[in-house]
Amino acid sequence: MKEQFVKTEELSFSYQAENENEAIPAVKNLSVEFSSGEYVAILGHNGSGKSTFAKLLNLILEPVSGRLFVDGKERTAELSEGELLDLRRTVGMVFQNPDNQLVATIVEEDVAFGPENLGYPREELRKRVDDALATVGMTEYASYEPHRLSGGQKQRVAIAGVLAMTPRCIIFDESTAMLDPSGRREVLSTIRRLNREEGITIINITHYMNEAAEADRILVMNDGELLFEGTPDEVFSRRDELLAVGLEVPQSAELVFRLREAGIDLPTEALSTPEKCAACIADAYFAKRKGGAVDG
Amino acid sequence: MDKLRLENVTYRYDVGTAFEQTALDDVTLSIEEGKITGIIGHTGSGKSTMMKLLNGLDHPAEGKVYLDGVDLNADKKELLSSSSLFEKYQNLSKSARKKAILSEYADFKKNLCFRVGLVMQYPEYQLFEETVEKDISFGPKNMGLSEEEIKKRVREAAMLTGVSEDLFEKSPFDLSGGQKRRVALAGVMAMKPEVLVLDEPAAGLDPRGRNNIFSSIVDYRNQTGSTVIIVSHSMEDMAKYCDRVVVMNHARVAMEGDRKEVFAHVGELSSMGLDIPEITRLAELLRERGLPLTDAIYTVEEATSALLSVFGKGGADR
Repeated sequence: MKEQFVKTEELSFSYQAENENEAIPAVKNLSVEFSSGEYVAILGHNGSGKSTFAKLLNLILEPVSGRLFVDGKERTAELSEGELLDLRRTVGMVFQNPDNQLVATIVEEDVAFGPENLGYPREELRKRVDDALATVGMTEYASYEPHRLSGGQKQRVAIAGVLAMTPRCIIFDESTAMLDPSGRREVLSTIRRLNREEGITIINITHYMNEAAEADRILVMNDGELLFEGTPDEVFSRRDELLAVGLEVPQSAELVFRLREAGIDLPTEALSTPEKCAACIADAYFAKRKGGAVDG
Repeated sequence: MDKLRLENVTYRYDVGTAFEQTALDDVTLSIEEGKITGIIGHTGSGKSTMMKLLNGLDHPAEGKVYLDGVDLNADKKELLSSSSLFEKYQNLSKSARKKAILSEYADFKKNLCFRVGLVMQYPEYQLFEETVEKDISFGPKNMGLSEEEIKKRVREAAMLTGVSEDLFEKSPFDLSGGQKRRVALAGVMAMKPEVLVLDEPAAGLDPRGRNNIFSSIVDYRNQTGSTVIIVSHSMEDMAKYCDRVVVMNHARVAMEGDRKEVFAHVGELSSMGLDIPEITRLAELLRERGLPLTDAIYTVEEATSALLSVFGKGGADR
């Protein structure tokens, strides 16, 4: 069992309705744990509370009730300015639109923006920026203007900016939603590397089912609550429950379910990748053929 | 029949600076009437620039864009020397003919933005009216339609996009993200454009939201016979909803055809930073494992029926 890194206890948040005195609950008594070095995806329809929940994890939003523990320390008691900064350094965030996250006119200045504000000495600053750019594979673009970069490159610069603060955990809030397929691949492989090689805990909020399949564990949120959770194989075996809350399974898994509905006996325990689905279908096909049931 | 046609269109950004960039390079392309055409290509391949040229929002540095055969950026001299316009108004005196031709073209330009409806990325950011109904009415109102006609169109567009009439009196800002997107789309559909152009209409939406948006686009085409152009990064959606696919790469049209023709080029697409639909890849994996799948597969429906017949269940269930 890995060491627990982030833990929430009955965490709740409500938005204030405009011109009205009622509060609209967005996250309801959510208790979740993330272990150190884990890669977790969060799925949920628009408005299910997943982004709100993510913003509670580094107190961009302040919970109305419940407790938050990060790295063994409670973070929901009265925090000093320094403690809050420490939390935001420990749990970094990358958002959807790369254009809204880049602030400087040169890539390396943008990456330096965070650590510079923390007052690191010059050499330390230089090292952090160089390391961060190297980690996301953007060293050769250090002196570029951000607006000359592709979407995937901009998003990697945004990640480098977070990395320069040496976080232990990074939350990606639909960070690939605006990218083209190659941009998505760039960002996803960067996320994977941060997790495997740097040991950074990853929380990836996404609407892409095949992206969620890369995680160790998937949380499915609905209506501000945790609906269920499990490994990608476990979660994607519950297709009808996912459909009921506006989600779906990846195309390959959907195919297996439709074949089952048409009377072909296929197991649904391991459908999280096209490779696994191909194995599932092929095994059934050859088993059946061996039994002589398939003609031709 | 071509609804829209680009002929040798070139467009450059930042002309005369060190950053001069060719966004469209000698592009010739026809968009068939009544079809849904998907445009794919990596960021910066020229897709969005092309969109802006289709309703005269911007004009090319070189080349021509035609809607129903009429040049979107004709100059006076060209118009007055057009033989078809001359024939149309041949019974008029020279000065009356000139006036008639120019006023006809002015009308054409004025109506362009109603005939070619553009739905930009994240259109919900452009909602601004006090109520949902007013927001959807904005376009048709600008067209100078009667109150009655506006009401009718707003209801129809709301129905198409799944915006419940219970929401009509609400502020668009109180709606959820998915609802806002539908209101924005309804606002464009209410103008009943002959050509509907959409840039990533489902970006940021959950799966159900995606399906709803795409079904309403298909319904709109089926009900009105309009031409639809969709720019998207989702190969799955493109394979599912488009009749034709155009692939842009480095400011040029790299491929063009029905989805089978385009998605058959796996290697080339991948080298252009694009993908094939996941289900197409699964079919490849099954072939490698020795399953006798003959037909090309681009949607889950196609895969289901192909595999049912491979399993000897073809026909019985379908």
